Amino acid sequence: MATQAARRSRKSYQPSRWFWVLLAAPGMVWLVVLFVIPFYAMLAIGEGKLDRQTESPVAVFDPFTWSSANLSNVWHDLFGSAAFALPIAWRTIWYVAAASLLSLVIAYPAAYFVARFAGRRKGIFLVLLIAPFWISYMMRMLAWIDLLQTNGYINKVLSFVGLGSPDWLGGHWYTVVLGLVYGYIPYLILVLYAGLDRIDQSLIEAGRDLGLSRVRTFARVTLPLSRQPILTGMLITVLPMLGDYYTNQLLSGAPNTSMIGNLIEGQLSTPSAGQGAILSLLVLLVLLAPMIFYVVQTNRASQAAA
Amino acid sequence: MTSTAVSAPVTAPAEGARSARPRFLRNPWRHPWLLEGFTWLYLIWSLAPIAIAVLFSFNRGKSQASYQGLSWRWYWGDRVNSIWHNPQLHSAMFETLKLSCYTTLIAVPIGVAFALGINRWRGVLPSSFNFIMILSFVVPELIFGVALFFVFTSMPGLRAVGLGNWAEVLGLVTWNVSWPAIIVQGRLVGIGKQYEEASADLGCTQFQTMRRVMLPLLWPAIFASAILVFSGVIDDFVIVDLLSSNATNTPMSVIIYSTQHGGNGGPALNALATVMLLLSFVVAGLGYLGYRLMTRGQRIGGQQALTAIAGAD
Repeated sequence: MATQAARRSRKSYQPSRWFWVLLAAPGMVWLVVLFVIPFYAMLAIGEGKLDRQTESPVAVFDPFTWSSANLSNVWHDLFGSAAFALPIAWRTIWYVAAASLLSLVIAYPAAYFVARFAGRRKGIFLVLLIAPFWISYMMRMLAWIDLLQTNGYINKVLSFVGLGSPDWLGGHWYTVVLGLVYGYIPYLILVLYAGLDRIDQSLIEAGRDLGLSRVRTFARVTLPLSRQPILTGMLITVLPMLGDYYTNQLLSGAPNTSMIGNLIEGQLSTPSAGQGAILSLLVLLVLLAPMIFYVVQTNRASQAAA
Repeated sequence: MTSTAVSAPVTAPAEGARSARPRFLRNPWRHPWLLEGFTWLYLIWSLAPIAIAVLFSFNRGKSQASYQGLSWRWYWGDRVNSIWHNPQLHSAMFETLKLSCYTTLIAVPIGVAFALGINRWRGVLPSSFNFIMILSFVVPELIFGVALFFVFTSMPGLRAVGLGNWAEVLGLVTWNVSWPAIIVQGRLVGIGKQYEEASADLGCTQFQTMRRVMLPLLWPAIFASAILVFSGVIDDFVIVDLLSSNATNTPMSVIIYSTQHGGNGGPALNALATVMLLLSFVVAGLGYLGYRLMTRGQRIGGQQALTAIAGAD
């Protein structure tokens, strides 16, 4: 009897699908109009033409009348005889690779310590670890501009020790890379901490109890278990770094440290905006694989939680 | 250390190793002081520059490089350049606040409804929209900002919006809507379906279930995502930089960037940045207290509340 009643009532719980459709609809419309269509608009500008009178790009929405002028221009900039964009692309890749690896090397031990060994002081460590996340990026850059002035505190210390006073902000790759590390590390460290904190302590204790040394437990248990947070953390630092154009503008400002972001942003309000659009789409194309990888991972993680 | 162990008598290798290692190294459960030292160095490196930048906002002199004594000059003392007297600087403050409020008020309801709908409505359409939503979370902000710039400057129809306040709000909402959408979906998965089924068994309509059962269960997640959206907008730079059109709709982050980049920085910028910092910390503090209040009675500790309002839960 009871089971029959339960079965009947479960059957009666058949929520109308229209309820969910109505709930999701505003967000779906919003995403189509302001996320999907903008990328088509970017394509239409990139494949569009130039209004010679106003010197501004005109979007062409019909694919049959697209022109490939911008595309071939960008191609020449990248691979032609006087290619200036290719060195910038390579520089971007190497800056981002250096900065993200350095971030990982710095962030992982700190996150590991706070997640595993902070003990009763975990709360205070966590507050200090998360604090930079709440401090605006611009303020963090401003803080380093203050410190790295030619007569700033860093140089005062250096010249006191007898190391001279280098011109940090005069267009050097190391200033830019350090700026990138400092700027994006809070996001990485948060992901790493959350991932490491979630590791079941009893697995690590089992490793130790079975006679593994601290280092080998780390290499055999903790590190394999933190592969996922490391991957996610690297993605959420590398992707925004590739579109960065402000860190090097603030900390160097010199053309010899330009990144691909500067190339795109610099063309926006100029007659060559169409080339900026093509360049953006190329960057997007290159990044499509890692982005899709991230989405699939996120989906799988939420499915596993269920 | 190992060489001593090798050269020690074969009969008692452990004895030899033991005598060579200091007492504290012998404990396999010892505290990792090296790691702790590294962590402190990291924390000092990450926070000391900020403390110094705040200090410079109280500088009596014009320099951003050397400290010349305490004053309120750059907050209101200076009749021209303080944030109180420079109209550009204080309008930037209000602009940031306005953008944060509008964006939160629009993005959170849309994102929460989207999460509920997408999560319970099964099919290809909702899952592809979920895909697009997560994609909007990882696409580089510059690329997205450039696409929006083209929409608001040269796309028929949307061109009417133009650059400025509305473009900024529309862009920021799109950029931030994934916070509530992702966080609420995570929470929905955690809650499961049994509460909904129970309330339906007890005779609630779908709307009543939503209002009386699901929303109360979701409030902490909704609140945490609102805090994240609000503080995300305070921190945002790329979208507002690309979509602002003139001084009346330029928020703090863009003012700091363009003034410093133009070489006209000064302690007034530090003062502005300090105000921004204070604002973020107030939001974070309120977020923490609010989250604790909402989850009291559940087994959620302070640390978990901290990571929840920082989006790392």
